[in-house]
Amino acid sequence: MIYEVFRQERKGQPFQHAGSVVAPDERFAEIYAREQYGRRQESVALWLVPREAVHEIDEFPDEFDLKYRRVDGYSIKARLHEAREKALSSEPRAPNQP
Amino acid sequence: MDTRAQEFLEYVQSGGQVETADWMPDEYRARLIKFIEMHGNSELMGVLPERDWILRAPTLQRKLALTAKIQDEVGHAQLIYRVVEDLGKPRSACLDDLVSGKAKFHNVFHYPTKTWGDVGVIAWLVDAAAIVSQKALLKCSYAPYARIMKKICWEESFHILHGRDVILAMVTGTREQFELVQEALGRWWEPLMHFHGNPIPADEDPMYVWRIKSQGNDEARQQFLDGYVPQIRELGLEIPDPALRKDEETGRWLYTEPDWDKLRAVVSGHGPASAERLAFRRLSREDVAWVERVVLAEAA
Repeated sequence: MIYEVFRQERKGQPFQHAGSVVAPDERFAEIYAREQYGRRQESVALWLVPREAVHEIDEFPDEFDLKYRRVDGYSIKARLHEAREKALSSEPRAPNQP
Repeated sequence: MDTRAQEFLEYVQSGGQVETADWMPDEYRARLIKFIEMHGNSELMGVLPERDWILRAPTLQRKLALTAKIQDEVGHAQLIYRVVEDLGKPRSACLDDLVSGKAKFHNVFHYPTKTWGDVGVIAWLVDAAAIVSQKALLKCSYAPYARIMKKICWEESFHILHGRDVILAMVTGTREQFELVQEALGRWWEPLMHFHGNPIPADEDPMYVWRIKSQGNDEARQQFLDGYVPQIRELGLEIPDPALRKDEETGRWLYTEPDWDKLRAVVSGHGPASAERLAFRRLSREDVAWVERVVLAEAA
């Protein structure tokens, strides 16, 4: 049985995937994981998860082009430049077109 | 190469990384297995030269440090074989191929450890050469391998320091102690120059092409020389290569070309200690077979 091992380096930090161990049961998995990922006090906690229990999602389609919800959806460089120029210029701003 | 494989190649060449469950070309998988398996074999065989010195270490402190280093190296073998297993080759098959002589392990582990000086040189300089290669693997295109390399590099740094401390104790000691180190350096220089492999251009090295390694062989050797020649020389030790010097214009080290045929012979099992080491590994594999049986029976 394959167990994925996640380790936490310090209290309050996220658990990160470290590797995996093969063990016949959970008891042995714990012994192997302690030995390989904790014997030098490099972890304050470990999570052991049977590989089959991991439900992976790795597709995030963006059919509707929703990038207005993200920082990279806005490119303000040219517009900001224009606004600054206009603020400094004495020329009156053009009225709305009827 | 078909389109899909071509796209994969471009992906890894532009810095892309691959996970276990991702599609990969057969050639990439086969090369990964061979490379990573050899790394695992080297970790496992690498403890044998040092094991010989556990009982002979000069102080209790050295004995404990050496034992801890050996424990680390066996741990590295376990982590690395796990990566190979996920790629499709079971650990037992790796061990079978190792003891039958079919699979290779690193050249430096085919040599005997004659004195405590050798133990110091191995821990300091062989581990230093290894860490140059392993740091370059932190960027490996196969992500699970790159991830475990983080832990391995972290532990290797303690090994180098332990080795350097052993060497410093001896070069600041008696004339005989200094001589032990000088002789050991003489024995290990050729294997160290062999360590990073023949100077095949990176673009012709399939391991680089697939971005399994992130640098060519000679780049690794140059990096090793850059870092360690000054550290060796400042201790008053002499490196047994009269041609070794840094070309100030190009910034590259010049050295006597190592005998590459000799390297090929050594890694294919014709080194001075190859047969003895493999015989020992075979014996210990038979010796501990019962443990596996008991563990599996217990869990069943």
